[in-house]
Amino acid sequence: MTTETVTTRTMTMVAAINDALDIALARDPDVCIFGEDVGVMGGVFRATDGLQRKHGVERVFDTPLAEAGIVGMGIGMGLAGLKPVAEIQFAGFLYPALDQILSHLGRYRHRTRSRYHLPMVIRAPYGGGVHTPEQHADSPEAILAHTPGVKVVIPSTPSDAKGLLLAAIDDPDPVFFFESIKMYRSLKEDVQTGHYTLPIGKARIVKPGDDVTVICYGGMVEVCQKAAEAAAQAGIGVEVIDLRTLVPLDLGTILASVEKTGRVVIVTEAPRTAGFHSEISANIAEEAIEFLQAPIVRVTGFDAPYPPFTAIEDLYRPGPLRVARAIKKVMAY
Amino acid sequence: MTHHLPRPEAQEAAQAFQNAAAAYDEAAAKGDMFRILAEGGQVVRPELLPAAETRLHLYRQMRRARQFDERGWVLYRQGRLGVFPPFGGMEASQCGTAAALTKDDWLFPTYRDTGAALTLGLPIARTLAYWRTSPHGWQMPKDLKVLPFYIPIATQYPQAVGAALAERRRGTKNVAMAFIGDGGSSEGDFHEALNFAGALNAPCVFILQNNGWAISVPTRTQTKATNLSHRALGYGIPGVRVDGNDVLATWHVTREAVERARRGEGPTLIETVTYRVKPHTVADDPTRYRTDEDTAGWDEKDPLLRLQQHLLAEGILTEQSDAALQQEVAEEFEAALAEADSYPDPQPAEILEHVFAEPTPQLVRQRAELLEEV
Repeated sequence: MTTETVTTRTMTMVAAINDALDIALARDPDVCIFGEDVGVMGGVFRATDGLQRKHGVERVFDTPLAEAGIVGMGIGMGLAGLKPVAEIQFAGFLYPALDQILSHLGRYRHRTRSRYHLPMVIRAPYGGGVHTPEQHADSPEAILAHTPGVKVVIPSTPSDAKGLLLAAIDDPDPVFFFESIKMYRSLKEDVQTGHYTLPIGKARIVKPGDDVTVICYGGMVEVCQKAAEAAAQAGIGVEVIDLRTLVPLDLGTILASVEKTGRVVIVTEAPRTAGFHSEISANIAEEAIEFLQAPIVRVTGFDAPYPPFTAIEDLYRPGPLRVARAIKKVMAY
Repeated sequence: MTHHLPRPEAQEAAQAFQNAAAAYDEAAAKGDMFRILAEGGQVVRPELLPAAETRLHLYRQMRRARQFDERGWVLYRQGRLGVFPPFGGMEASQCGTAAALTKDDWLFPTYRDTGAALTLGLPIARTLAYWRTSPHGWQMPKDLKVLPFYIPIATQYPQAVGAALAERRRGTKNVAMAFIGDGGSSEGDFHEALNFAGALNAPCVFILQNNGWAISVPTRTQTKATNLSHRALGYGIPGVRVDGNDVLATWHVTREAVERARRGEGPTLIETVTYRVKPHTVADDPTRYRTDEDTAGWDEKDPLLRLQQHLLAEGILTEQSDAALQQEVAEEFEAALAEADSYPDPQPAEILEHVFAEPTPQLVRQRAELLEEV
């Protein structure tokens, strides 16, 4: 009997992303990485550190500062058969490129009846919690999830980030890959070396529990885990589900959990109105209302621009305490 | 029928560019635009006249485009074609430029560039299907790198840069050509693309068709600039202003730009000065925003008439061979129309297809819901 040895290395999420990009560049000559400051500097978060030196300026290159140009050029590269991986420096800088995304990126396969498709990945750091200036902490994932033809992936651990990013680069369709800025370096774990992928569209049960289902993704997973630990002290069994991908959505995992617990808390750091939490809420209402023993509670940011005020930033971005209160609320109903 | 002219040899191209560059400079120095053939078919740059075969080829392409435009109006009124943007009068601007490409090159046309797409080889039947809002018109031929007509303004420009860079990365000599109008040159994407193309030395040819109007807004309201080819200067790339109703000039200038791009010398912006004689779309009423004086004089500048007069005077065309050519073009169109008529109507579930390579669980479910409805 042979035993397959899996080697691992301790990595932060940003290191795991760098590793994934390095592997993708090495295994497929069509992969190209570009964006603002990704080349010589290795990205403002160092996610592309060393890649230009290793793979050359034709494969990893700096572009002029213009998000619509970056995405539009990437679309053209994808049309012509390359696998473009663009970095938008912060998700809050994505807005100038929305025309390219909404008008074309999501539609190309459809509007050419699959004559052309866009195997493009757009990486964008998102979310708050690290005291950035204005516009740097936005969570625009719902805008993308509402756009037909694009997938939305948001990892919450180093291992997930690597496996999902490699899957996104392999995917024949456009994938938005949002990386929580707060999670980039907040935890380390052993990550498998070499190439591996995780399926896009499969949620992860972070922690099983019987009393309350807490649904979250990206930067909120860590927050919800802390809240779940606190709830466990009080004897409440919380099942934490990390969606990992919003499009396609793994509704099966959500519904199975809701049937078991009958109580739901959904947590995001995006504004409240029309957020992705509302989409999950509506799906549960449509499919599993008979199992609900309490109204669904959403814990979210507010319908105001994300505040760059260090002293009170944490009031906007949900923390373990707000999640714990919501858990208490659905239990008390 | 051949849709493409042979590529000039490198040396020939280099010499032609030398000649042309001098001519462009001379025209620009006089504040004028570059032209070879003036109104009435008068030759103003005899040394730059292309071969008779080329002139005849360009004439045929413009006739094919004109046929589409004229029959399109009739078909629209008969309810056999949907709303489409006419381009009659702009054939030299579209066919002369697209004729400089081969089938290995990319074409990014706007909604008004049917003439360019037909010239590269997009089948007439597919084009009719597109304007009939049939999915058959969305199915671009596999042997052509032509994209479906772009409805959003200017988005195609950065995409052409990307396609051009991808060709370079693959080590080909292929180029990407993108179209825009004077209105489109106000969009941010236009400027970003020119800057990207210059900075990254992309093998791109940008055609800016200055046709005077962005629906109801004249160019003078669009911009204070009076020479749109100057926009290239800000990005460090060559800009050329050419008589957009002189097909010999548009072809000449574009061919030079294409060959320059093939040689790795980077992008060019070409402003073709032409006129949208017709309404914005067949559903538009231009009497609300422009007077007869605005359009007066443009019929005499008609690009087809101009070349026809020249070809007849030179004996390259006779009354008889011209009539035969027009008959042939008309028959080609009617055969294509019959083909377009034979395309079946789309099935309801087709609207949920081709969203992703593999439909998501959500799409699978919505498909079932949709089929329950019908």
